[in-house]
Amino acid sequence: MDSTGGLHVQLHQTGPIPLDVRLSCGEREMLALVGVSGSGKTTILRAIAGLYRPRKGLVICGGEVWLDTERGTDVRAYRRRVGLVFQSYALFPHMTALGNVVTALMHRPAAEREARARAFLAQVHLQGLEGRRPAELSGGQQQRVAIARALAREPVVLLLDEPFSAVDRPTRRHLRAELTELRQTVDIPIVLVTHDIDEAVQLADRICVIDKGETLQIGRPAELLQAPANPRVAAVLDLPAEGRPPP
Amino acid sequence: MDWPALALSLRLGAFTVLVLLPTGIVVARLLAYRQFRGKGYAEAFLALPLVLPPTVLGYYLLQAFGVASPLGQFWQAVFGHPLAFSFEGLLAASIIVNIPFAVQPMQRGFEAIPADIREAGACCGLSPWQVFWKIDLPLAWPGIVTGLVLAFAHTLGEFGVVLMVGGSIPGETRTIAISIYDRVQAFDDQAAGVMSALLLALALFALGITYALSRKVGRRHG
Repeated sequence: MDSTGGLHVQLHQTGPIPLDVRLSCGEREMLALVGVSGSGKTTILRAIAGLYRPRKGLVICGGEVWLDTERGTDVRAYRRRVGLVFQSYALFPHMTALGNVVTALMHRPAAEREARARAFLAQVHLQGLEGRRPAELSGGQQQRVAIARALAREPVVLLLDEPFSAVDRPTRRHLRAELTELRQTVDIPIVLVTHDIDEAVQLADRICVIDKGETLQIGRPAELLQAPANPRVAAVLDLPAEGRPPP
Repeated sequence: MDWPALALSLRLGAFTVLVLLPTGIVVARLLAYRQFRGKGYAEAFLALPLVLPPTVLGYYLLQAFGVASPLGQFWQAVFGHPLAFSFEGLLAASIIVNIPFAVQPMQRGFEAIPADIREAGACCGLSPWQVFWKIDLPLAWPGIVTGLVLAFAHTLGEFGVVLMVGGSIPGETRTIAISIYDRVQAFDDQAAGVMSALLLALALFALGITYALSRKVGRRHG
């Protein structure tokens, strides 16, 4: 396995959640994990973040080994430089938007945290809302705070767990455009979990199809849509077994 | 009005709360976040003082603290006086009796924090200790305060266990609840009435605080 840069993940276990995963995501690349609900996408994300420990696994990110069950290496979640946007956003309800972002800046000197947090909030277009608590923000604004907080960690990998599932369609369209814009400023691997094929095709460089905890096929969106490796991939992508004819 | 008894009760309540604040938080967090074999039995054991007759609990504590017991002998050897029928013995009994009153609301307080919020803390780079200070405590404090208020109010009103373990030694183990009983026995209805009214007011005040805090938790997570 090439471990010089980017993210490399191998996870294997037969239960309680079956996993047979082998994937990698390069720097500046966005990889979408696509699968139906309950296919194990979020578990893979949690294993990368250190929130779930598989029986056997290897997680290497930015050349740093985070998990190697054979050698007994398991870096704890708070020591992995991961930016994770939870499906529910998981904002700290007792803190303001600014407080949420400052909390992810503990690795920085105290004197510069607030200014940096304001800059991250400005980057996601939340100027003027720094003093609001999560309950006083709309779904889309909460999601932006969650992204700002994830970026504030200055992560070596950005993990997005169904980030658009809790907002209405117009907001979703807007946020997708913003994410595409944001990608120009971020040069780390981004893993996006989604069950929405169109979203994956629109946003990701490559798509990894997951079914029952197993990585079935990884490829560029057009390749996957035209030539699904087998009927299971076609079923997950909601395609005819022979794939979609080229446009 | 038996002022020494009131002062003793307040001192007993304060010390009980002082001990149960850290120990209650440790036990409540353990029960809220960890899964282990026999957890149900551990919770049942800690809840026992809620359902056991105070005289039964008092009897066992008296046996455990008495001069014939290893603990009682150790205490006598080190401090030169028996543990039973002393303020220290009363305090130990009060702490044990109040464990469920303190721990259960604290446990509910910690359990009410969604798991992903604590995980988000770890992903922000917060160590477990920082998660405790920055996330657990600020979100669970209504449960923690409720536990302490209930334990304090219950200490003031506890009768059976206090009588069994402490007797009624003025200035040493005679609490306000025991004093009320003594005053009634002596046909001093006026003193008993004043002290009863005071305990009633304190109980109402304590319950008012706990219900207000419960609503606060409901609003935050609602």
